[in-house]
Formats: sequence, C-alpha cells, structure tokens
Amino acid sequence: MSMVEFKKVCKQFGSHLVLKSIDLAVDTGEVAVVIGPSGSGKSTMLRCINVLEKVSTGDLLVDGLSVRGSSHDVRRIRLEAGMVFQQFNLFPHLTALQNVMFGPIRSRGKSKNEAREIATALLHKVGLAERMSHYPSQLSGGQQQRVAIARSLAVEPKLMLFDEPTSALDPELRQEVLKVMQTLATEGMTMIVVTHEMGFARRVGSRLLFMDDGQLVHDGKPVELLSDPPSERFREFLKHVD
Amino acid sequence: MTFEWTAIVDALPDLLQGLELTMLIALAGLAGGIIVGALTGALLTYGGWLAQAPAQVYVALIRGTPITVQVMFIYFALPILMNIRITATNAGILTLIINSGAYNAEIVRGALESVPNGLREAGLSMGLSFRKVLAYVIAPIAVRRALPAMGNQLVSVVKDTSIFLVIGVGELTRRGQEIMSANFRAVEIWTAVAAIYLIVISILAVSLRVAERAARLP
Repeated sequence: MSMVEFKKVCKQFGSHLVLKSIDLAVDTGEVAVVIGPSGSGKSTMLRCINVLEKVSTGDLLVDGLSVRGSSHDVRRIRLEAGMVFQQFNLFPHLTALQNVMFGPIRSRGKSKNEAREIATALLHKVGLAERMSHYPSQLSGGQQQRVAIARSLAVEPKLMLFDEPTSALDPELRQEVLKVMQTLATEGMTMIVVTHEMGFARRVGSRLLFMDDGQLVHDGKPVELLSDPPSERFREFLKHVD
Repeated sequence: MTFEWTAIVDALPDLLQGLELTMLIALAGLAGGIIVGALTGALLTYGGWLAQAPAQVYVALIRGTPITVQVMFIYFALPILMNIRITATNAGILTLIINSGAYNAEIVRGALESVPNGLREAGLSMGLSFRKVLAYVIAPIAVRRALPAMGNQLVSVVKDTSIFLVIGVGELTRRGQEIMSANFRAVEIWTAVAAIYLIVISILAVSLRVAERAARLP
C-alpha cells in the first residue's frame, strides 16, 4: 500500500488554482524530492499531506486515512507525518531538550522520563548532545533546524515531510542539516522533500518530481531526469537553480 | 500652617482598615478581570463571528463609558432591572471585573495575535488538538508578551478602587474623606492617603518587573 496517495487533488485559494489535479503515489521507503519554481505549488502539496491545508477537491490518503476524514483521523495523520518547516518553528519558550520532549509527552502521552530518553537519543543523533539546555535563540539556524528534525522524529512518524528545510540557512550551515536528512534516508525513512538542493536530490533522492504551475510535470529517477532533462521548461529551471 | 504628624498617626488605624478593603476589592477585581480578559481575548482572536460579536459589543460598551457610570449602573440600576440585592463592596468588585476584563481582553488579543502562526502549525503538525496547542505553545508565549501592558492595567485596577467612594464603599479614599471631614486636616490626611497608594502600587510595580524579568526568554 502507498504511504501517500493523491487522487486528482485540487487546491484553490480564492479564485487561484494552486494544485491542478495532482495524482501521485509515494511508497514506503521512498525519498521523493520535489522541485520546481516558486509558486508552482510544491509547498502547498506538501502541506496538504498533513492537513495544514485542506484539499479543495479530490482525495488524499495518508497511511490509508483520508485527509477529508474526522478530526480524529486528521490528528492520526499528523502523528504519522512529521513536518519540518523552512523557518524551523521551534518553541521559543522551551530548551532544545524540551522542544524534542514536547511531542512524546503532549501527543503520544509518554511519561517525562520516557520522553527524556527519546529526546536525548535523538539530540545525540543530530549531533546536538552538547546543546540540549540551550534555547532556540541561542542556537544557529542549522542547529535549530536539526533540533526541529529531532522534534518531529520524537513523535515517531512513519513519514517525514520537509518544506524547504535549508532555504532559510546560510550556505555553510546547510550541509549539517542535509547530512542528518541523508542519514534518515539511509535508515529507510519515507521522506518527501521540497527543496532547491539539486545535489541532495541527486545523491539521496530515490525519485524526483518536477512541479510547474500547479501540475506534476515530471516524475522519475533523479539521475536520469537531471542528466537528460525531458522538457525545455525543466532544462530552463535547472539552469536557474545551479 | 504646621504639618501635624499626630493627625496622621491618629488616622492611620482607620486608613489601614480602608486599605484592607481596597486590597480585597482590587485583588478580587484583578483575578476576575484576568479570567474574563483571557476568555474574552481568546474569543476575539479565535471565535467565529457568533462568539466575536458579543465580545466586541462588551468591549465597546465598557471602553465607551466612564467607570463611575458603570458602578452607578451596577449598584443602583441593576438591582431594579433584575430584582436583586447587591452590597456596595460586591458592586465595586463586579465593576472592576467587568471593567478591567474588557481592557485585558484587548491586551490578550494583541498578545495572542503576535504569536507567529508557524508555532501553531508546528504544534498542530505533531497531532495536537488546537486546544492543546493554545495551552502549551501559544499561551506561554502570549503571557510573556502581554505582561508589560497587563502590568499597567493591574496598576489602574488598584487606583480605580478609589472611585467606589461614590457608592459608599469604605475603602482607603473614602476613609480619608471621612476623617478629613471630622478633623479638617486636609493636607495631612491626603498626604497620608496618597503615600499609602504610592507604596502599595510601587510594591505591585516592582513585583511585576520581577515577574517580567523571570519570565523573559534568553
């Protein structure tokens, strides 16, 4: 069964059609990298998956549950689909450790001790064992984003969604975030990544999706698509990002 | 004239009794006003129009009329309209709750709206209900942002208790007036009354400053 399945999904903001009948199935273990010009609907598509946006028409199944289902279903979808944001969105009133403990305690109902164990292990994993008691404002952008990834993982999702996770970072800080994401991918996490990092798409992606004007234009193996761009539009886009 | 310190010493027990009532009314008003303000502020920010409309009318009504008129209405008019009895002290407390609740509501709304939307999304995306996101993410940040403005409002509440002399509540200002009309030592008595308010409010202001500093994030 697919982890994520778009069935003729349209999304409209007012009279503006942002997603035009998207059909897409992402299987367990895939690392799907979504690229495309800004305004092409990449982020909106991603946000529909964990219901931060509601689909206008069509249906979208996440781990078998419809995003149009009850609020209980929606909450279950969100538990299964972790989200990493461009602006990190760490809770500023909590330390790095408390940020990561937040999900296990508040949404998984774990005890403080269990949550602390989970959070400590994850912060080690993202290389921030030394920064656990720091507040977000005391961390660099790259460190904040790694905490944010740990925070999402702590909820134990089956699927991770990344919405331009390195776009707000200085170039020298991007690698530390991409490295963590690559580790996740090699461990078999199902991932959908909206990004402009072509190197990451090539190295880590198992699948490359090119979006333009609300439509899914190309869908294939990253190496093949990138070495032999199938359309003029895609060729043009690649010239601009590199 | 000579400043008669003994007039103050003689008046002090009475004035302190008045202060006790002032503090009782102020504390009840503060607590109630914070609760009413938080609820109304949340309605103004997140409620549908059906919840927002009455909240807006309430705020407009209170901000558009003097507190003296409000207490007169509650003490003299409300008992007639609703066929109830209300003591002067309770009328004072009720007025303060309703009055400061309206001002607090606007402060709370501003603070809630200032919390970045991304934090709400981060909470929701982890599978929390909006209520939990509000309680554990938005509120802790909003409280910190509301503290400075709220402090001003709390100080006003203490001072506004003096208005209740118009309905005969025996609070500090009323006691001062009564003593003065018996001994005519206006300078001494009003100096003492002012000094007592100043001391109480300074203590409140310093505690608020301390609370603000303790809650401040790095």
